[in-house]
Amino acid sequence: MPFDVYLNVAVGGILTGLVYGLMALGLSVIFGVVRVVNFAHGEMMSIAMFLAVVLFSAFHLDPLIMMVPIAAVLFAFGYALQSGLINPFITRPEHSQFLLLVAVGLIIVNVLLIVFGPDARTVQTAYAYDSFQVGPLIVDAAKVYAGVAAVLFAAALFVFFRVTLVGKAIRACADNYTGALVVGLNVNRLYALTFGIGAACVGAAGAMMTLIVDVTPMIGPTYTLLAFVIVITGGLGSMPGALLGGILIGLTEALAGLLFTPSAKSMFAFAILVLVLLFRPQGILGKRAA
Amino acid sequence: MAGIAARLTDGLSRRTVIWLVFLLAALVIAPWLLNDYLVTVLILILYLAFAGQAWNIMMGFAGQLSLGHALYAGLGGYIAAVLFTRYGIGPWLGFLAAMPVAAAAGAIIGFLAFRFGVTGVYFAILTIAFAEFARIGFDHLAIVNAAAGLFLPVAQSAHNDLWRLRGDPTMFYYVMLAATLVALLLCRLLMRSRIGYFWLAIREDEDAARAVGIPTFRYKMYAVMISAALTSFTGVFYAFFYNNLFPEQVFNISQSIQMILGPIIGGVGTLFGPILGAFVLTGLAESLNAALTAFGLDLPGAEQVFYGVCLLLVVGALPEGIWPPLARRCGIAERAS
Repeated sequence: MPFDVYLNVAVGGILTGLVYGLMALGLSVIFGVVRVVNFAHGEMMSIAMFLAVVLFSAFHLDPLIMMVPIAAVLFAFGYALQSGLINPFITRPEHSQFLLLVAVGLIIVNVLLIVFGPDARTVQTAYAYDSFQVGPLIVDAAKVYAGVAAVLFAAALFVFFRVTLVGKAIRACADNYTGALVVGLNVNRLYALTFGIGAACVGAAGAMMTLIVDVTPMIGPTYTLLAFVIVITGGLGSMPGALLGGILIGLTEALAGLLFTPSAKSMFAFAILVLVLLFRPQGILGKRAA
Repeated sequence: MAGIAARLTDGLSRRTVIWLVFLLAALVIAPWLLNDYLVTVLILILYLAFAGQAWNIMMGFAGQLSLGHALYAGLGGYIAAVLFTRYGIGPWLGFLAAMPVAAAAGAIIGFLAFRFGVTGVYFAILTIAFAEFARIGFDHLAIVNAAAGLFLPVAQSAHNDLWRLRGDPTMFYYVMLAATLVALLLCRLLMRSRIGYFWLAIREDEDAARAVGIPTFRYKMYAVMISAALTSFTGVFYAFFYNNLFPEQVFNISQSIQMILGPIIGGVGTLFGPILGAFVLTGLAESLNAALTAFGLDLPGAEQVFYGVCLLLVVGALPEGIWPPLARRCGIAERAS
């Protein structure tokens, strides 16, 4: 195979990986602050994907523009989920929280199945078949838009956490729970906000994903796992790590799909997960836990 | 033998024994009283009770949360089915072949996880990753017909062939009943032995267990391997009962989740929790299905939504499951988790 085929596939994989990264960023933020592993993460993304599909097929609204309102809807969902359901579980054993979110995920998948049926749905935008040509590179326009939007969204999040007072307060909660309580922060509200922000990430990522892949109700668990693979690879709790992990996994999947068969591509992602768990459990950019 | 018998019966009140005998007698005569549909439901209940017992050894006894038990069941099913369809080797010998393979798979996962300090939620994710790895791998494995699925020949025979597991639902029912009974006795035995107390210590506080000299690595490995070997039987049974195997189904994460629902709802770490949980959950789910059918509704995800809601309610309101409080009320003492 000529070299530029590999290059094309690699660039496509990196762009998809950026969207993966944004999805995983949501998981990472939630874990980093609330210390709850959101095992319904991919399922929440499938809600966003179905919202994008419905908005597109009913009103012809472009998922790239709808990304913002969909992120807002998911924010509200995440906020409500954390303050209504998960908050009492903060002090419970880890596996108890985990099972709670497994239950939430199970409910989401099957409610979507009841409402939308098992068929795959797509978004056919006007630019679905457009591409950019840069030298020997031919890149899908949809992937470029999605990748750029993911980077912008992630950048906005970085700024939020670094600059704004609320962002700083959230980081304070993550660093020292008791200390945050002592200085009078409303930790429960900040936790709910954080979960909402994490959900908004996955909402935006979901809207973009509809440009790249088909949607079925059953994809939720797959993306939950993928998000975990990415976050563990990049370093749980590290924001740049999530993006880096996303790019790495996107690239691996794309190349594996080209060299072997597309349906086996996730095996390589899992292989990376196992290697990382064994040899660098804190992830590529993660700090070693105490 | 006397020691084993004493361990099995030691500490059981007369009341408990009467209940157990009554329950067992009811289950033995059930096929004569029930129609084929209800017998099939009972098979499903016992199947989940057995799988729950097997999973419970790992999570309930030794405190290691596995969400990838579909791997061991799938391996068992595929090994027995391939041996049967290709070489005419019967399911019981197939099970003997499947057990060490499943145990070895468990040992590999356990070794990697316990040696490299992968614990808690990371461990759960590692188990899912291996099950998913197997799902995709078998989807591309020509020897098991890949994604097209493996089918067992269905021969209409006049008599039940227990050796080759070909027969009517009643035969499968008794096979599963016997298996569940064996699993229950085995769990009781394990629980009351040195290994069970070591597991308990590891579950409650691993550092303390190591400090008092328990070889925690080795005993966690035992838990994974015994649990995996036992779980492989559910796969063998599945293969011969349903006569088809698809990687997409047998290795699916939803299979793993279904296996753990019974013990979680019944009571993790108890002996009767998995059985009670399977009865309650499957009973309610089948009633729900019957009700939906009666109203003419066809909702393919309704049962799973119901499972999700049950899990949510039990994890939220009854963290120790429904059996421990029930047992206390009935005056049947069992060590709660």
